[in-house]
Amino acid sequence: MVNLYDGRLAVNLCGVEWATPVTTGSGTFGFGLEFKDFLDLHKVGAITVKGTSLLPNPGNKGQRAVETPAGMLNSIGLENPGSEYFLQNTLPLLQQYDTPVIVNIYGHSVEEYAAVAKKLDVDGVDMVEINISCPNVKEGGLVFGTDPVAAAQVVRAVKEATSKPVITKLSPNVTDIVGMALAVEDAGTDAISMINTLVGTKIDIETQKPVLGNVVGGLSGPCIRPVAVRMVYQVAQRVHVPIIGMGGIMNWQDAIEFILAGASGVAVGTANFVQPDIAERIAEGMLAYMDRKGIKNISEIVGAAWKD
Amino acid sequence: MKKSIVQAKVYKVQQLNATVRSMEVIAPELAAEGVPGQFVNVRAVKGNTTLLRRPLGIADVCVPRGSIILIYRVIGEGTKVLADLKPGDYLDIVGPLGRGFELESAKPLIVGGGLGLAPLLMLAKFGFGNGRADLVIGGRCAEEITCWEGLFRGNVQQTFITSDDGSVGEKGTVMAALEKLLQKDYDCVYTCGPVPMMRAVAAACEKAGKKCQVSLEKYMACGLGACLSCACENAEGKRVKVCQDGPVFWSWEVKEW
Ligand SMILES: Cc1cc2nc3c(=O)[nH]c(=O)nc-3n(C[C@H](O)[C@H](O)[C@H](O)COP(=O)(O)OP(=O)(O)OC[C@H]3O[C@@H](n4cnc5c(N)ncnc54)[C@H](O)[C@@H]3O)c2cc1C
Ligand SMILES: Cc1cc2nc3c(=O)[nH]c(=O)nc-3n(C[C@H](O)[C@H](O)[C@H](O)COP(=O)(O)O)c2cc1C
Repeated sequence: MVNLYDGRLAVNLCGVEWATPVTTGSGTFGFGLEFKDFLDLHKVGAITVKGTSLLPNPGNKGQRAVETPAGMLNSIGLENPGSEYFLQNTLPLLQQYDTPVIVNIYGHSVEEYAAVAKKLDVDGVDMVEINISCPNVKEGGLVFGTDPVAAAQVVRAVKEATSKPVITKLSPNVTDIVGMALAVEDAGTDAISMINTLVGTKIDIETQKPVLGNVVGGLSGPCIRPVAVRMVYQVAQRVHVPIIGMGGIMNWQDAIEFILAGASGVAVGTANFVQPDIAERIAEGMLAYMDRKGIKNISEIVGAAWKD
Repeated sequence: MKKSIVQAKVYKVQQLNATVRSMEVIAPELAAEGVPGQFVNVRAVKGNTTLLRRPLGIADVCVPRGSIILIYRVIGEGTKVLADLKPGDYLDIVGPLGRGFELESAKPLIVGGGLGLAPLLMLAKFGFGNGRADLVIGGRCAEEITCWEGLFRGNVQQTFITSDDGSVGEKGTVMAALEKLLQKDYDCVYTCGPVPMMRAVAAACEKAGKKCQVSLEKYMACGLGACLSCACENAEGKRVKVCQDGPVFWSWEVKEW
């Protein structure tokens, strides 16, 4: 599959070959199979699956999503059937495809992150992505992803627990994104993905109450794109590990913007809900752009926005 | 039932009453694959602010024309965009989605209110062959109900009407008519409409020992079972997705209405 598109879109991320630089945002592509009627899963660079925890989690109560201007808020609450279910029922189906599988994991303590990483250290899982936008229950609920020390602890514990390349997914809800990136790089992460959702709230003026049962939710979609591009642009100049950029990518133009900012790979999230074949379409759009610009391999333009 | 993304050409649009419109679009894939109770997710987007698709039930199918018909109430941004479409325009549709009605019924009774009548129209027409079902329509007033009565004409046997203001049919909610009807030999009740109505219908069916299927509405983003916006717990404690395991459920399965 690396020969897809003559290998012009192929990228090697931490030793894993992706046929295109496009993966899917965790939680926006289910377990991949939900989309097989719409696109060829072989033409997706990698499939990143829904956030998985050690045990099943039913998620939040009440309304869990709402559209907002040029975006949406979600408070799914990381619902998932748990790591055992994933291994028994989902992974075997994903193994029918050559496409690399990235499992997004989370926990509520450093030990829980390590335990789920260890459990998923099996054939068929190609990379592990750590979602650090979760509250640290043992430390009074402070979110791992907003504390460089706690984030680094998680990264070290996961690195020790798994043989797979580890991607750490940064939360944008911090004042110093570069500091967070340097902390997880120093702790040994093999790659960084960014950004997760921004925290937001919507109030219904008729009921005069918050729309989401959970009050706060994660903002995603095109409205967050400039924030995400800025963060990738800043972080890419300071770290040495590859970056997977995401946040509001709706089309190939947006994907190219992230690559120019310094991302080696990109992920489409909310756009999958709007255009279920978008991951494949973006790859095709990139190729046409490369032809027009005389670019042989997509890696030539990573960070071109700030490189001399 | 293969799902697809269809660029459907608008064939015919119609204003059915003050706020309800219908739109027939040419979409042979959807006309061939769709079954009663399923829905589609339409991209009614203009400019940069609206983003998500809007779910709408499949209200009717015209097989020779390869078309489907959507019936919707104009309430917000998305449905306003739909209302502006004219014959010859294109609408981007994903479908068919979800699990439709189970059709084994010797003597079906259909009970609908408001826009819940949209998917029930297709059920009446194609679900049981030559319009075997009887129908109860509930609504606020004659103005709201008359168009539905016309749409169902010829597709059901007997029609019973109730209106809140008594301007047509029996005065009251659908329950006014249902109490008596449930004593007859219907073996399955199919209902879609406002939640309080469906809950009351389901409870009455349970009391009368009749099977009942309900079609639920929950806020959903993808309609494909991926985002989990519409996931909830069923009566057996199992996680289900309204968009994928529903929108039609047996009434006894439902815990979170
Ligand atoms: C399975 C299903 C089938 C439906 N079938 C029909 C139908 O046949 N005819 C019809 O008129 N309506 C139907 N609806 C409701 C319809 O989806 C909403 O009326 C429509 O999305 C409103 O969009 P808007 O932009 O005009 O209004 P908005 O201002 O965006 O929303 C108005 C209200 O509509 C509801 N709504 C909006 N977006 C969604 C969404 N993505 N999912 C669920 N609810 C939403 C919300 O309650 C919201 O408060 C159905 C909904 C579902 C879930
Ligand atoms: C409904 C929904 C569920 C999500 N679930 C997860 C998740 O389980 N784990 C995670 O790390 N990110 C999750 N995300 C965040 C996305 O993967 C992505 O980082 C974010 O949405 C920004 O990209 P986008 O604007 O392209 O959607 C979720 C996003 C949405 C919209």
